[in-house]
Amino acid sequence: MSSLHASLAEKFNADEARTNWHDQTLWWVRQKRDRAANMLVEWEQLRQWASDIKDHTLSNLHNYLLEFEKNAQDNGIKVHWARDGEEHNRIIYEIIQAAGIKKIVKSKSMLTEECHLNPYLQHKGIEVVDTDLGERIVQFREEAPSHIVLPAIHLKKEDVSNTFHQHLGTEKGNNDPQYLTHAARLHLREKFVQSDLAITGVNFAVAETGGIVVCTNEGNADMGAHAAKIHIACMGFEKIIPKAEHLGVFTRLLARSATGQPITTYTSHFHRPAPGQEMHIILVDNGRSRQLGRDDFRNSLKCIRCAACFNTCPVYRRSGGHSYHTAVAGPIGSILNPNLDMKANADLPFASTLCGSCSNVCPVKINIHEQLWKWRQVISAEGLTAPSKKMGMQLMAWVLSKPAVYRFSGAAARWILRTLPFLAKNRKLNPWYKQRELPEAPKESFMEWYKKQQS
Amino acid sequence: MYTVGLFVPCYVDQFYPQVAIASLQLLEKLGCKVVVPLNQTCCGQPMANSGFARLSAGCDKNFVRNFTGFDYIVCPSGSCALHVKEHLESTEEPGTANKIRSSVYELTEFLTDVLNVTEWKGRFPHRVGLHNSCHGQRGLQLSSMSELVAPAFSKPVQLLRQISGLHLLLPERSDECCGFGGTFCVFEEAVSVKMGKDRIQEHERNEVDYITGGDMSCLMHLQGILKRKNSVVQVLHIAELLNACYE
Ligand code: SF4
Repeated sequence: MSSLHASLAEKFNADEARTNWHDQTLWWVRQKRDRAANMLVEWEQLRQWASDIKDHTLSNLHNYLLEFEKNAQDNGIKVHWARDGEEHNRIIYEIIQAAGIKKIVKSKSMLTEECHLNPYLQHKGIEVVDTDLGERIVQFREEAPSHIVLPAIHLKKEDVSNTFHQHLGTEKGNNDPQYLTHAARLHLREKFVQSDLAITGVNFAVAETGGIVVCTNEGNADMGAHAAKIHIACMGFEKIIPKAEHLGVFTRLLARSATGQPITTYTSHFHRPAPGQEMHIILVDNGRSRQLGRDDFRNSLKCIRCAACFNTCPVYRRSGGHSYHTAVAGPIGSILNPNLDMKANADLPFASTLCGSCSNVCPVKINIHEQLWKWRQVISAEGLTAPSKKMGMQLMAWVLSKPAVYRFSGAAARWILRTLPFLAKNRKLNPWYKQRELPEAPKESFMEWYKKQQS
Repeated sequence: MYTVGLFVPCYVDQFYPQVAIASLQLLEKLGCKVVVPLNQTCCGQPMANSGFARLSAGCDKNFVRNFTGFDYIVCPSGSCALHVKEHLESTEEPGTANKIRSSVYELTEFLTDVLNVTEWKGRFPHRVGLHNSCHGQRGLQLSSMSELVAPAFSKPVQLLRQISGLHLLLPERSDECCGFGGTFCVFEEAVSVKMGKDRIQEHERNEVDYITGGDMSCLMHLQGILKRKNSVVQVLHIAELLNACYE
């Protein structure tokens, strides 16, 4: 029985040319990241600092959150606390209702994806327009983002052209990126102007100042927040950093890790509402305090959502974001999502070869591949692996703990492979054999050979 | 003279005896006293990586019983060596388990770091591609890693460069995973094979005669794909290659 990730990945791989294209595109981003990292001799030191600052913050989160709340309130920002996604959505809806607003623009926020805000608001009859270009494209197509930094990376120019032709009336078959971006730009400008409320994400929230920082390349967060009467910034509570002086460590790492740029085009600091404007910040838990309580997994909360682990992951590049069937895909998603719903996401920690490349690129030094290994132990202990797998493993453990049984089984297996190869050479029953030949079974094992030599 | 316990991974014992034979012969030629504990089976990695580390106590016990009392334990597999280093446990003999964990070496690092081998008499006049296996590379740090900003080095490359006639060709993505991944190779068959095919394509572009490496498990996976497409490229474990060059 193949897992959900495995079967979605198999579908993705059915179009090999497209898989190659996806792999190469993301590898190119990884290479840009390598070049940018190698320009800084202090790169590894920066990673260490970032990791240390985050570790310290997570250990003192309670105090920093209260400090942040107080300073933000003193600045005139309204601060809300949300236990989970539902409460987060409700708070936003209440703000919208109180102001009698129907049209909303939103810049990229993985948190609102995690909380399923768009469908919630649409259900209430409110139009939400995603203003990040990639997000807008997937929104038109009624798809989920497939990558946390490059939401439409699974799509080619032709796909975008078709989508825009359908939704924006662009010329059919015109795949020119400049032409298409221009059309999107005109469309989004109109939405910015019409909207009375802007929702943004948060990259960093500084406890010392009560301000937030939003990093984008398109400036869409700024357009939205400046044009609207109300600005709501939504953040998972792990986005806190203690002081403004720590910010430089993270902004230097973030864009280099994400796309290989020295810094994002826009790094916008919001400290207080503009005159006549209203500003809200929602601090969201949604399972984070549970993760904080898991010793083996707490430091997954250090993540700054740069997606370097996606771009380097040989499995992600060849299975696509949608195969992870969650808001946050990739290696980090595979250690965050089992915390949100262990049963539904029990397949994800197994969607990895544990090659360890993710841990090496991570700018905040999360031991991602070790956590994947640890989640496997938790998931199997909770009985969430297939019963057949469990039985197989129990049998294997028994055989391997008994040298005589092991020798007998090894010889038997080799004998079967030599004499009755058709038993193993079945493409339906043996996934190994589907696209690979079996190793040849020698008459003698090494131990048999060795004993003969000795005698 | 060192006394070395030869740790033979179970699948090498059963399917690739020539790799263990080459390791044994090579270490003996280099002056080690090699002991092969006869009741060894497996390090327990297949269970642990599948989420069943809790079932590996029997394996661990057997491993400790077999590998007590050596100066060094050498294994022609980075992955199995790493597993023992990171996960071997013994409630009865924690001290012995500790000692074992710190004396386990993967074959190439044993050659470069302990035996300090620098010269090979034989020649290997072929075009050879190297596959860096992840657990050896990133886990045991047998070579520098492309993700890190750090000085470059590689223990297997150091050895291969010492062999005359050998034309070493590294793939462009020098340390991308081949997709074997233990049970991953069957549970995620499509991605596993695609990853293997992509590795092979780079080596084929380099027109290599052999793909060598320190882990037969990765090579077995690549070999399966190569054979299915009737490729002329062969896989050869680094122990076999080096043993052929040491008269
Ligand atoms: S886990 Fe690390 S590499 Fe992955 S997105 Fe988060 S910060 Fe970036």
